[in-house]
Amino acid sequence: MTTMAAEHRSTTDRPPVPLVELRDIRVAFGGVHAVDGVTVDLYPGEVVGLVGGNGAGKSTLIRTLSGAHAADSGQILINGEPVAISNPRDAKALGIETIYQTLALADNIDAAGNMFLGRELRTRMGSLDDAAMESATRNVMGRLNPKFKNFKTAVKSLSGGQRQSVAIARAIHFNARVLIMDEPTAALGPAETAQVRELVAQLKTEGLGIFLISHDIHDVFDLADRISVMLQGRLVGTVNKHDVTKDEVLGMIIMGKKPGEVTEKDIAKLHG
Amino acid sequence: MTDAIVREEPPPPARQGIQLGQLVRSLEVDTRQLGMIGLLAVIWIGFNIASNGNFITARNLWNLSVQSASIGIMATGMVLIIVSRNIDLSVGSVLGFVGYTMAILQAEWIPNALGLGFDQPYTWIVTVLVGLVLGAFIGGVQGVIIAYGGVPSFIVTLGGLLVWRGLIFRYAQGQSMGPMDSTYQLLGGGPRGAMGDVLSWALALLACAGIAYTMWAGRRRRRRYGFPLRPMWAEVVVGGVSMAAVLGVVWVFNSYAWPPSLATQYAVEHGITEPPGGLIIATGVAFPVVIMLGVGLVMTYIATRRRFGRYVYAIGGNPEAAELGGINVRRTITLTFVLMGMLCAVSAAVQTARLNLAVTGLGVQNELDVISAAVIGGTSFAGGIGTIPGAILGAVVMQSLRSGMAMINVDSPTQDIVVGAVLVTAVGVDAWLRRRSGS
Repeated sequence: MTTMAAEHRSTTDRPPVPLVELRDIRVAFGGVHAVDGVTVDLYPGEVVGLVGGNGAGKSTLIRTLSGAHAADSGQILINGEPVAISNPRDAKALGIETIYQTLALADNIDAAGNMFLGRELRTRMGSLDDAAMESATRNVMGRLNPKFKNFKTAVKSLSGGQRQSVAIARAIHFNARVLIMDEPTAALGPAETAQVRELVAQLKTEGLGIFLISHDIHDVFDLADRISVMLQGRLVGTVNKHDVTKDEVLGMIIMGKKPGEVTEKDIAKLHG
Repeated sequence: MTDAIVREEPPPPARQGIQLGQLVRSLEVDTRQLGMIGLLAVIWIGFNIASNGNFITARNLWNLSVQSASIGIMATGMVLIIVSRNIDLSVGSVLGFVGYTMAILQAEWIPNALGLGFDQPYTWIVTVLVGLVLGAFIGGVQGVIIAYGGVPSFIVTLGGLLVWRGLIFRYAQGQSMGPMDSTYQLLGGGPRGAMGDVLSWALALLACAGIAYTMWAGRRRRRRYGFPLRPMWAEVVVGGVSMAAVLGVVWVFNSYAWPPSLATQYAVEHGITEPPGGLIIATGVAFPVVIMLGVGLVMTYIATRRRFGRYVYAIGGNPEAAELGGINVRRTITLTFVLMGMLCAVSAAVQTARLNLAVTGLGVQNELDVISAAVIGGTSFAGGIGTIPGAILGAVVMQSLRSGMAMINVDSPTQDIVVGAVLVTAVGVDAWLRRRSGS
């Protein structure tokens, strides 16, 4: 087996302190514990897949990092330093960018307007510098999606893939250190999915840390280095991709069992 | 689904209408606004025929411009309110309350309570400033309750409609308040409340220079970044038509002369001997219209060139995206109501100055005209869509309908029926066109 070698390699390459650590995070809605004492971490140049069924709490957990929702308790550490993130602006100031599943685009505004939403470039007079923003957008799009031409139209009239490009462009343009991708390929065709995978691989080599949220186990296995599994608001466990099989991860997702605990019978049940 | 995403090219347009479509695209003009101007032309020509040529006269168009000013000023603010998915039903009552306060200030408090006397040079400035601050405060209170208190704007401003109107009756005791300061009166228009021909022409030339500069600066900026430029002939057409429109409007207003009796009075006051046939004094652009145009310009700048305006539109397009983008949604919403309150104060000044009086019914039902103007001007209740010039055009359309019908002796109930039907039809047609164009 290669598991020992893989584990050995990945642990020796790591810097001593994780880029991001979410420590003992709790979020409750009313009486429901959406996230119940979860701890996950992320190193530079690493992709951590966050998986779990619907309602497992993975989006809620990650929304505390992107500033969309405050945690009730727990700590967020960046490079070992505790930080306070109470809104999306705080997260962005720390270099944490998010590509939301819904894309979070203002449909009535063009690509440049969306890319710089909340961070508009301005002239010396304090007016919006639309030309500079359009120019920057053309540059980013030239790298990301060269076929993209509709710079003057509201993003409402763009295709799903083009809209996704705008959302991705917004996340990578501002020198992110941490990228959160919530179901990045859910709405995409095969061609765009391949593009997103290439992009993830490239960003990894640039030293970004990436949280990849997905319910698609195959996606996660292809892209992630480690996989954190959540079930009913709790962390089942975090495993090194090379140490486990897809069946074992499925067992964690569905039954909440650690890899060692999954029996032949369980696996038979998983395959129906 | 996959195919639809991968295909980047738009489907080829239908054969017919390619020529016209390309022409309009090259011009990069707002086709909706063109449609509104077309609608206005139809209304004007229709009334002109029905009134035996009395509608399209310098005198009537000048009156129309003055009558549209007050609603047009407030409609520019209503656009931002509706664009951000809110509504303000209180504008008529706020206008009444602020207008009444401004009237008391100049007719009672400054001259009598403070003992400073009537017609001081500063009276109108103090009055307008106090009105603006009061309007901003009222708007701010309503905005805070809406944005931070989480009470729907419909409810808050419905309450405001009752509260501010009730307060007028409380402290007016049913009495009218007047007369206004003599300088302040000029804000309301009237032959004396206008710029005269020389200043009007100067204003027109300034506007033309502004149009030319804006187009030149925009072109230079696009060239610097290497963006595709609008063809030169299109620039010339758009610029030429805009300038011709400005000069044409001023020419019309300048050809409206003071009424003979007023001209005679003026001649006597200034010791001028009247020439045979009477003294001809060109009226020019009325001050309330100047105010409306100034407000429209500033509001357009705020809506399209400032961060605040961008945020208002982003909130209307997708409130969640705006929040996630780091926009302070609550503060932005509050500010739209502050702005609306200040515009109510401006309109209150125009209306009280014009009446030379504040009555307890000041501004009653104005909210309906203001909302109608914004909506006829293309503002969508779905949020995120609407323009300031559109709203001003909408106000002119509304006022054209009302004054045209009054001119051909249509009674008031019938006027209401027609305006109501036009409102619904305009929005219905607009929604249908939007669905068809798929945007």
